[in-house]
Amino acid sequence: MSLDQNDIAKLARLARINIAETETAELSERIGDILNMVDAMQAVDTANVVAMANPHDAIQRLRADEVTESNHREKFQQIAPQTADGLYLVPQVIE
Amino acid sequence: MPKHTIADILRGLEAKTFSSEEITQQYLDAIAKHDSKFNSFITVTGEQALSQARAADTARQKGAAGALCGVPIAHKDIFCTEGVRTSCASKMLDNFIAPYNATVVDRLASAGVVTLGKTNLDEFAMGSSNETSFYGPVRNPWNTDCVPGGSSGGSAAAIAAGMAPAATGTDTGGSIRQPAALCGLTGLKPTYGRVSRYGMIAFASSLDQGGPMAKTAEDNALLLQAMAGFDHRDSTSMNVAVPDYVAGLSKDLSGLKIGVPKEYFSDGLAPDIAAAIEASLDVYRKMGAEIKTISLPHTHLAVPCYYIIAPAEASTNLSRFDGVRYGYRCENPKDLDDLYTRTRAEGFGAEVKRRILIGTYALSSGFYDAYYRKAQQIRRLIKQDFDEAFKSVDIIAGPTTPNPAFALGEKVSDPVTMYLEDIYTIAVNLAGLPAISLPAGFTQGKPIGLQLIGRDFDETTLLAAAHQYQQRSDWHQQAAPGSV
Repeated sequence: MSLDQNDIAKLARLARINIAETETAELSERIGDILNMVDAMQAVDTANVVAMANPHDAIQRLRADEVTESNHREKFQQIAPQTADGLYLVPQVIE
Repeated sequence: MPKHTIADILRGLEAKTFSSEEITQQYLDAIAKHDSKFNSFITVTGEQALSQARAADTARQKGAAGALCGVPIAHKDIFCTEGVRTSCASKMLDNFIAPYNATVVDRLASAGVVTLGKTNLDEFAMGSSNETSFYGPVRNPWNTDCVPGGSSGGSAAAIAAGMAPAATGTDTGGSIRQPAALCGLTGLKPTYGRVSRYGMIAFASSLDQGGPMAKTAEDNALLLQAMAGFDHRDSTSMNVAVPDYVAGLSKDLSGLKIGVPKEYFSDGLAPDIAAAIEASLDVYRKMGAEIKTISLPHTHLAVPCYYIIAPAEASTNLSRFDGVRYGYRCENPKDLDDLYTRTRAEGFGAEVKRRILIGTYALSSGFYDAYYRKAQQIRRLIKQDFDEAFKSVDIIAGPTTPNPAFALGEKVSDPVTMYLEDIYTIAVNLAGLPAISLPAGFTQGKPIGLQLIGRDFDETTLLAAAHQYQQRSDWHQQAAPGSV
């Protein structure tokens, strides 16, 4: 299994990580090595095996739909890169 | 003085041999003087530590001492600490001052611990050598040309060097046990769901578990007692009663059935390590344990399975780092897309990016069944191997790692070789089981770790088995040549 330049570009796009063209050759080789290693799984017949997402097969615990936390907006926004009027600022999206 | 265990420190504080402020100052002095050789701390919280120590001394005088009152420890810099930088060893969080405490931090604070600082780790806990940290690699006090293991390498090196008696760690695929093994320490990965993950920066949420690292099993029991227990703030926390771990150390282990997986003694295992593990099994035989060979037939699939599940979960968890609400933001983003893609390109290191991309691949349309679902199915087969084994044995014993500490730079350019160093630890996380690593010998002057794996929520038997071994051996009392 190996990934070409287009595959890496697609993954970079999905993951929202800017990958320079100079990095793609090494990345595709390293990722290819890892995919070759994980391919050992394909030799196992798992047709009747139920997928396991949680080691205890626990299901999501739910709580009563009540307000339990107070508002910490000002405290949380103190560490934000850019805010104004209680809002997080990002570059303009809509003209 | 800094060769003390937590138990020693508690006795000294109780007997007024020294105050918390005095012993805290000694550890802070040791860090200031020696950590430039090891790089085990990212942030030292000296002033805060001394003020916590003075408060602990006052509490003790008033007869209001918690179980760990006045004991200085360090936290892996993956646990959020209110008002203190919590970097996860990433440029992405280099400027992140946590606005709240992790439950583990709160619980240990309630028990009275003093926090010396935040220890180094692989970036976002992704690594087995502590070489992927934004703040530079950590060196092993047993041999400073070697890695301390990872990802909790800073915690391990700090303890082994005598700069902290104990520390917290986290373990997603071996990140407590492997550095404990490589640095001659005792470290416990509790059962998944035993210790709250709230405020512990997520790597792979179905595998991550916080736990203690220290010199002895007794200290692990003291720390776990404070850390463990249900937390409504962690949706995967398990509501299971927490036993008295310290009382359990002297549990009667006569007739203990120990399973030894034949797959753990295959070609890749260093002969000296195999011999040390055999010798430690003899110690258990003399204690009256019954040793029996077992099989965990899917062992060889643990690393492949993990390297789909962990990156898949990581790619999801790390999508929160987008430069909008906290952490690093790139300079002069020209639009929102540029803000996201450049922030993440500049903020994450190479190993983190690689794992995000692999996880993205495994979860992407057309590949989900072949990779992610397949890995989840293999995960069940691995868990079933353990379930089957625990029908006939009480604990499972084997090496923690196939090799001792390796040289800095030796494996960093070859991720797959590095990943295979975790072959004995990874299956335990996939199955959610508790496991402990304890010192069991040396090879070429480097420590060897014995791993004991237990049944779900049976940390007590592991701690007792480790403690009673330590009553009959002195590997855990050896001091690293580089220690203070």
